[in-house]
Amino acid sequence: MGIDPTYGQVIHLPHAPVRAPEPRVGQVALQEVQAAFAGDIAVAGFILAALRRSARPVLWVQDRVSRRERGRLYLPGGGKRMAFSALLQIEVSHARDVLWAMEEGASCSGLGAVVGEIDGNPKALDFTATKRLALRAEASGVPVWLIRSHDAAGLSAARERWRIRSAPSMRAPHDPGAPGPPCWQVELFRARGRPPGKWVMRHDFAQDRLDLVSEAGDGAVAGDDPLRQDVTRA
Amino acid sequence: MTIRCDRTLPAHDVPVVLSRDGTHGAVVHAVSDAALSRGIAPGMRIVDVQAIHPDLHVEPADMAGDLALLDRLVFWSRRWGPWSARDGEDGLFVDVAGIAHLFGGEPQLLDDITARFAMQGLTVQAAIASTPMAAQMLARFGQVRIVGEDPAPSLATLSVRALRVGAETERLLDRLGLKTIGALDGVPRLSLMRRFSGVPAERNPLILLDRALGKQPDPLDAPADHVHWIVRTRLPEPVMDPTAYLPELAEELCTDLAGTGLGARALRLTIYRVDGDARRVDVAFARVSRDPAHMLRLLGGKLDGIDPGFGFDLIALEALRTDPLDEVQEGLDGARDADADVAGLLDRLTARLGPRAVSWSQWSESHVPERMEARVPALDHVPGAIPQIAAERPIRLLDTPEEVRVLYAVPEGPPAQFVWRRVTLRTARHAGPERIAPEWWRDKPGSRLRDYYKVEVEDGRRFWLYRQGVLGDGRGEEPRWFVHGFFA
Repeated sequence: MGIDPTYGQVIHLPHAPVRAPEPRVGQVALQEVQAAFAGDIAVAGFILAALRRSARPVLWVQDRVSRRERGRLYLPGGGKRMAFSALLQIEVSHARDVLWAMEEGASCSGLGAVVGEIDGNPKALDFTATKRLALRAEASGVPVWLIRSHDAAGLSAARERWRIRSAPSMRAPHDPGAPGPPCWQVELFRARGRPPGKWVMRHDFAQDRLDLVSEAGDGAVAGDDPLRQDVTRA
Repeated sequence: MTIRCDRTLPAHDVPVVLSRDGTHGAVVHAVSDAALSRGIAPGMRIVDVQAIHPDLHVEPADMAGDLALLDRLVFWSRRWGPWSARDGEDGLFVDVAGIAHLFGGEPQLLDDITARFAMQGLTVQAAIASTPMAAQMLARFGQVRIVGEDPAPSLATLSVRALRVGAETERLLDRLGLKTIGALDGVPRLSLMRRFSGVPAERNPLILLDRALGKQPDPLDAPADHVHWIVRTRLPEPVMDPTAYLPELAEELCTDLAGTGLGARALRLTIYRVDGDARRVDVAFARVSRDPAHMLRLLGGKLDGIDPGFGFDLIALEALRTDPLDEVQEGLDGARDADADVAGLLDRLTARLGPRAVSWSQWSESHVPERMEARVPALDHVPGAIPQIAAERPIRLLDTPEEVRVLYAVPEGPPAQFVWRRVTLRTARHAGPERIAPEWWRDKPGSRLRDYYKVEVEDGRRFWLYRQGVLGDGRGEEPRWFVHGFFA
């Protein structure tokens, strides 16, 4: 029995430097977004910020409970940063109809995006329903966003699943006592083909893009730093 | 011109008049026989007539309804001739050339017309003449009812009013001493032409006279018959499921429509059951279409709700509204038309979810946030441009503002601590106020102003709170606080 000549030596494996995962937003067909806790409106803000700019109308489907609990979309609030020309709004009473309308929209390539809001965890919203949505969205190339309320559990065929909660806003430029541009804590907790991660993001109104915010909150980060970049169109 | 029949009719000798709005108050529009016999004439003021005849019965005239009835009668009266048209606001023309022998002669034809209108509850004055102008003159003013080739002798005694030359020209003719058609006809043409050269053709006495005497053509502008785009399938045996028969019907209807360059805007599928009942399914299109596959998709979603009973044996598919539709060449690159895609989507969504559920927003000028937006059915409206507001606005708005309970109020600014939906929230930062005053031209007196604040609570959520009113504005109790919306 000879002695292994490498015994006792330290082997250095070459490896790439560790980088923070890039939080690309809005790149895949079906994405699911949940609020971190009930009644958080950050989800709608996040999606509006992540929608790609296009001249096509956006289909927004709401069930009645969502509308009663979290209100309806108010477009003047989006102001100049609305990324679409018109909003086709649908209000139905049952989650089944929300899913049906989303499926119809997902297979219509004339739309800019389809957003559906479903409250709670209805039976109609099972794995098969999300799978159908995902397949239709992938076939037509229309980005589809599914908003589920905070307690949504269970399987989903969404290609990426996000959990959003409001974070204290940035400092307002002229008034220290006022809330500034909105910030969100964004968690990608399930994704296909890339690692999940957690970030704090904000919507840069001036350039219409989602930015990362440094956790320290001091804002200024060097230009080439991966922590400060346009994540919408990465 | 009928009195609505839901009330007791006035007695026979009570004068009844219809009123319409005149320049200085209501005037008489039409009179009953009893009123006519008392000397009441159209054009008199209602107050004057009421003063003279205290028992006068006045009803508002429904002039739009009269016109609509007349327009329907135009088509009904085609039973006596192929062409018919409306004459002014109270007349009908029917072209009966070469028709009279079918009714046994012209007197019998006139009798038939009078009798059939009487069956409908309408009194008519009818006349037959060789020109439309002469016929209307005889019907309205003449004694003779039927004149042959040359209407001149029968018209000669009529007043020049029968020509409908307008009040001004009538007065002028009166001053000239030309009171009857015969007198007018006796004047040399050249001088008439010179005298009335500036008067437009539809009021020019010479031209109207020529039309009445047949010296100038006066064709009828008869509206085209309505075309019913309807296809039917009769089944030898009653069936329970119509789905199998629809493709053929849709195909047939689309072929019919394509032949005239039309497309459907609304469809109705009627299913006649064997027990004599009928079931209807209506669908509408956002953009005019004659694509059988699209029609089938829309109808298919609505057939589940039909109760077939013991089966049905007749299916009819009808295009209720049609619009011109040209053939469209699709792009050679195979790309699909995005607008057409969206229009098709609108059709499908509306057909299943109903027109109220599918909406665009339209915007109006208002400072009150909830009044800016109006939802309109997407199928027959276009979306309005999204307005730009300088002030910051929330991205979600609650339909009804929810009251919050203030735990810890501060004299200036929003509450430092409040309860909303049973959760205590503590204000971290706030911006505002933005004062939005009630719209005095719309709101009730006593509506209170609102002071809006953007409030960020400690966990980072951003609310749009408002205080309704201010203390001591004399419009109610201590002001209350509401959540109206949410910021991103």
